[in-house]
Amino acid sequence: MGLDMIRKASRNAALAAAALTASAAAHAAYDVDILPPGSPIAQQIYDLHWAIMWVCVVIFVIVFGAMFYSIFKHRKSVGAKAAHFHENTTVEVIWTVIPFVILIGMAYPATKTVLEMKDTANPDLTIKVTAYQWAWEYDYLQDGVKFNSLLATPRAQIEEWEKKGEAKNPDYLLEVDNPMVVPTGKKVRLLVTSNDVIHGWYVPQLGINQYGIPGFVKDTWFKADKPGTYRGQCSQICGKEHGYMPIVVVAKAPEEYAAWVKEQKAKAPQAAAPAQVAAGSPSTGAVATTAAAPAEDPNRKWTTDELKALGEKVYAANCVACHQATGKGMPPAFPALDGSKVVTGAKGAQVALVLNGKQGTAMASFARLSDSELAAVITYTRTAWGNKAGEVTPAEIKAARKG
Amino acid sequence: MSAATHAQDHGHHDDHAHHPTGLKRWLFTTNHKDIGTLYLWFSLTMFFMGGVMALLLRAELFQPGLQLINPEFFNSLTTVHGLVMVFGAIMPAWVGFANWLIPMQIGAADMAFPRMNNWSFWLVVPAAILLVASFFVPGGAAASGWTLYPPLIIQQGISIDMTILAVHILGASSIMGSINIITTILNLRAPGMTLMKMPLFVWTWLITAYLLIAVMPVLAGAVTMLLTDRHFGTSFFNAAGGGDPTMFMHIFWFFGHPEVYIMILPAFGVVSAIIPAFARKPLFGYASMVYATASIAILSFIVWGHHMFTVGMPAAGNLFFMYATMLIAVPTGVKIFNWIATMWQGSMTFETPMLFSIGFICLFTIGGFSGLVLAITPVDITLHNTYYVVAHFHYVLVSGALFTLFAGAYFWIPKFTGKMYNESLGKLHFWLSVIGFNIAFFPQHFLGLAGMPRRIPDYALQFAEWNMWSTIGAFIFGFSQLLFLYNMIECIRSNRKAADNPWEGADTLEWTHLPSPAPYHSFETAPVVK
Repeated sequence: MGLDMIRKASRNAALAAAALTASAAAHAAYDVDILPPGSPIAQQIYDLHWAIMWVCVVIFVIVFGAMFYSIFKHRKSVGAKAAHFHENTTVEVIWTVIPFVILIGMAYPATKTVLEMKDTANPDLTIKVTAYQWAWEYDYLQDGVKFNSLLATPRAQIEEWEKKGEAKNPDYLLEVDNPMVVPTGKKVRLLVTSNDVIHGWYVPQLGINQYGIPGFVKDTWFKADKPGTYRGQCSQICGKEHGYMPIVVVAKAPEEYAAWVKEQKAKAPQAAAPAQVAAGSPSTGAVATTAAAPAEDPNRKWTTDELKALGEKVYAANCVACHQATGKGMPPAFPALDGSKVVTGAKGAQVALVLNGKQGTAMASFARLSDSELAAVITYTRTAWGNKAGEVTPAEIKAARKG
Repeated sequence: MSAATHAQDHGHHDDHAHHPTGLKRWLFTTNHKDIGTLYLWFSLTMFFMGGVMALLLRAELFQPGLQLINPEFFNSLTTVHGLVMVFGAIMPAWVGFANWLIPMQIGAADMAFPRMNNWSFWLVVPAAILLVASFFVPGGAAASGWTLYPPLIIQQGISIDMTILAVHILGASSIMGSINIITTILNLRAPGMTLMKMPLFVWTWLITAYLLIAVMPVLAGAVTMLLTDRHFGTSFFNAAGGGDPTMFMHIFWFFGHPEVYIMILPAFGVVSAIIPAFARKPLFGYASMVYATASIAILSFIVWGHHMFTVGMPAAGNLFFMYATMLIAVPTGVKIFNWIATMWQGSMTFETPMLFSIGFICLFTIGGFSGLVLAITPVDITLHNTYYVVAHFHYVLVSGALFTLFAGAYFWIPKFTGKMYNESLGKLHFWLSVIGFNIAFFPQHFLGLAGMPRRIPDYALQFAEWNMWSTIGAFIFGFSQLLFLYNMIECIRSNRKAADNPWEGADTLEWTHLPSPAPYHSFETAPVVK
């Protein structure tokens, strides 16, 4: 009996070990280095990192060499007798001055890179990046394109509390619905801000990690050398879904980029006229972050079923993390929508809550969504599960925005 | 150790045998040794609590996907793990050692303010209860990371108020403790014990106490502003009301960086006691060690911005903080070189305290190197808030502070209890800790280089392998700490009498002038130091 159990346990352990090795072999991601750089700044960072690493390695070998030599030679068990020397000003001056000189040698190239990173003047293109809990909004100030970028990995691949999740996508958690698209070889200036809490726009291969701070705009820049896809994530803890707001930047040749812009504009016929941006003057003062609605066709007529269908999608992308697919939420921090007084009550109150968010809670403003998306998702919550309240139209959202 | 001192101590011991017993003894004690013991047991308890939280985190991170806990609870665990380890485990443990050792090492009878000493300890307990209890209130414990950045922290419920209150109480306790330590050191030294004859542990604590007094009020101010922003309509950190969330970061890190040295400076003192004792050779450069400690303390006030390179400070700000941060490598290097020069041509033996001290030098140096890498602003920008940073600060704080706490515990437990710990078990504890620690944290450097952000409950597939190893290492490291607990309890209950000075090379007053265990009241008549 006892032996049997042990045998069974060891067989299970062996199977588990085999499974681990197999999975390790499958993607063998034992990377030990900074990812291949995709911009000139990232290249400098890469080189700086290796320069300082080599300095460390040399010091490491010398210092630890001395220490371990001493540990092996100067031990009592091999008969070492303790010397009694101490205090030697010459030695102490030497080991103070040498590190100092090495540091100056390191500081010089680092300073050059810092100054270059800070030089956001004369960009070819400016994109305003606004962070939300938990999505990114990209606003192409010259080209008049504006959209949201959300995690595209289905929740069924993520949540495994009750049962094993679906097979994970190759870019699990690093994939979005709408990537930021930029032209290669052009200086792209980013104006990074946030609508709610502090986030971090972090794409290591482009050498960028910039906090988005609510109420302030900070600028940074990059230039993608060659076409490719660069992935990153939010770098500053921003609440529950911090691990689920990836960033994807797709760099395309300038002509392809132009075609992409055209296509985006075709999708949104009533696009706002491009804003005028004064190039080269980093604006870091306080600004109001009232999110205007993304452009869309205001004349389209929606049926209730169309609204519900779109609403379900919007809900899955924006709301499900807190309020859950079942609408039961995770009380008390994330209240249930199923049977909620707000959701089943007067339209106006719910619209206002979704548009403005609720101070002091994790309920953010969703004004960044379009009128029809908001109408759809509100309609969906008012009719899904056990809820039997009426639909809300895009026109009502538009009116509420103005009011 | 002379027979005369023995007799004298025993005589006094009997006179004071009327102190309360049982629970009352601990509640009302004003004895520095009792209070030291309370601090040490308290911090060990908190260490295991923080450790359980860490293992929960690592268990969730064993593989991609969410298997055990939800993201909100994950964030709470990271936050409270940090707060508990910093404020509940490491800092109180050093105060425990300070209480036990400072009076004995300078030849004083007790701390300068014994009643305040009692109060300092008993404040810590309700603060810890508030922190831990915040897990059980609606909304769960603080989930914003131990840095408590607004506006995220404003969103949460009553647990934040509990955390703020806990921080206030802990701050008050630390300030009282520091005043006590400074007053004791400056006023109660035995005749002949000049400042430059004090053991380095006393020196490092003197400097640490000044750091605490300088920065704890700053933290208290920061969290008070959070509190008024939450409840009284102020806008210190709210841009819509004219405030600035960045200001919180500046204030927090003006506290936060010296705080790091608060945890590490006493460790330097312990290692500076242990290495000479086991190398049977005096510390190479006593004076330069004192000056290096003071330099590190002063520099710690002008480097806070290196936690904020990604905030978007002007180039001049980034450059200033980069240069200042790199400078810290100089006095830190002086210390490492000094310890190695102390070992050089010594006559070394490798009992557990020495092993932990050498382990400290090796791993702390690695943490120092990664600190140097992170000091380079452009490199920091690509590594900021990644696992590289997590690896870095665990190398400096676990192998820095925690390993030296273990070293200190093994080194002084014969003096504290009069009993000898089990040497083989101690060595086993060391080797398992070192191996587990490195498996847990070394791969995190690679994760950070590959761009894995910290404080995420779930991760992309290319991070899976190193995370798996990290979790395995964390469990080895975590469970091997039970050996320490067992070894300490077994030591206290055993009857292996320790000699008055069981270490050949130890030469501070507690070893040369006091029996083991140290009597309840020591040095009622001050010794004369030549």
